Amino acid sequence: MISRIGALLLRYLYLYRRSTARLMGVLFWPVMDLLVWGFLTSYLEKIAAPRGVTFLLGAVIFWDIFYSAQQAITLSITEDIWARNILNVFVAPVRTWELLVATSLIGVLRATVSAGVLAILARLFYGFPLFAIGLPLLPFYFSLLLFGWAMGMFTMALVLRFGQAAEALIWGIPFLIQPLSAVFYPVSVLPAWLRAISLLLPSTHVFEGMRSALSTGRVSAGVLAAAVGLNAIYLAAGGAFFGWMLGRVREKGYLARLGMD
Amino acid sequence: MPETPGRLDAAISVTGLTKQFGDVAAVDGLSFSVAPGEIFGLLGANGAGKTTTIQLLLGLTTPTAGDVRVLGLRMPSDRLAILQRVNFSSAYISLPSNLTVRQNLRVFAGLYSVRNAPAKIDGLLELFEVSDSANKATGALSSGQLTRVNLCKAFLNDPEVLFLDEPTASLDPDIADKVRTALQKLQRERGVTIVYSSHNMREVEVLCDRVLFLAHGRAVAEGTPRDVLARSKSDSLEDVFIAIARDGNTIEPRA
Repeated sequence: MISRIGALLLRYLYLYRRSTARLMGVLFWPVMDLLVWGFLTSYLEKIAAPRGVTFLLGAVIFWDIFYSAQQAITLSITEDIWARNILNVFVAPVRTWELLVATSLIGVLRATVSAGVLAILARLFYGFPLFAIGLPLLPFYFSLLLFGWAMGMFTMALVLRFGQAAEALIWGIPFLIQPLSAVFYPVSVLPAWLRAISLLLPSTHVFEGMRSALSTGRVSAGVLAAAVGLNAIYLAAGGAFFGWMLGRVREKGYLARLGMD
Repeated sequence: MPETPGRLDAAISVTGLTKQFGDVAAVDGLSFSVAPGEIFGLLGANGAGKTTTIQLLLGLTTPTAGDVRVLGLRMPSDRLAILQRVNFSSAYISLPSNLTVRQNLRVFAGLYSVRNAPAKIDGLLELFEVSDSANKATGALSSGQLTRVNLCKAFLNDPEVLFLDEPTASLDPDIADKVRTALQKLQRERGVTIVYSSHNMREVEVLCDRVLFLAHGRAVAEGTPRDVLARSKSDSLEDVFIAIARDGNTIEPRA
């Protein structure tokens, strides 16, 4: 078991080491994002809201944690489809959960490196003190990681089933979730009917909690409990959906087609 | 109950195997067995059901009906135990192109929990004459080198059963001959059972102990290449292939 998970981790780490595109996904794009939002924050502070909008930088960094975790699961497996290597993986004695654990661990690594670099740059360039919040950051970090894994499993299941036609979802699903998660604005800004949907996402509670923690230095236990509870539901549903879809894909012969087309 | 390894009558035993995709039966009530240590040719035109049969034997696709046993274990319920003892290579799949050959083999050695992996990898690279490519990116290899690296991957876990789907397709005659020679050597030394799919009938005559021709997912001829040839009254196995592909003729077993 350890050998197989280790081998999968090695495969994905080699991939990041030897692929400029994947490395850019970890560092270049998130840093560019941070710079744009950083300058916008500086500008807004000057003209309208002194010290009132630095949470935007926190939002960028936190959003990257979710995005990295979701991307790590989906891109790791999609890379094997693109490389026509997926059948080699599925004819090896690898359990489905071992595959998911390995890709999730890559998600932890990717999110930690990416968010860590962004937090350091935000401090250096814009004086944004994310680390000053300290330990209360951790529950938010893990919560977004868990939601990223859950969405990664949903996305990957759809890619296994629908192949290339569903690949746009790898990048599309995070952007579908982002406006609903109240990442850059309070959930109260959303229309009432959308707010109800928004509150069903753990990410909404995390970003609401993050804004509150940045302004008060305290983390609301209620917000955390909501995020943890919803994450448990999404993770269970994501895992079950992935397993069910893999069974369907084997039944329909799509797995073999996916690997050879 | 699984049979004890070493006492197997058949490395592979298939009974009434059927795979239905909607209205189409890709494999239709197929029954055959492969003896341990045999090189068994699975033959037929495109769409005859060869690849689907191999996928069913490997658990990549679940059957609609029928019983599949590999090394005495039942597929798909014992899938992981079977996959630990078999391997697969195909001309239509590849290895990640941006990893070096050695990195790729190291990853698969881990997936199969291979002991003393570096020595094993070096030995296989040498056997298939691709040691010089060990540190090259896999995407930079020629198709001949890539085929041989794929075979190195396929032999990493000392498989008891090896599934090879057109392994020499797209190879020049020289490299194809080298691949066949290496396969024969390994088969003789290790007694590995090989299920071999190919469109090259000359290759099949040289390599295979027995063959099974498929048409529309059904078995239409089975036996040694010589035996099938004699019963078909054709001049060559290629003529047998063409006749089956065009007319779906069945060649009855010898009475």
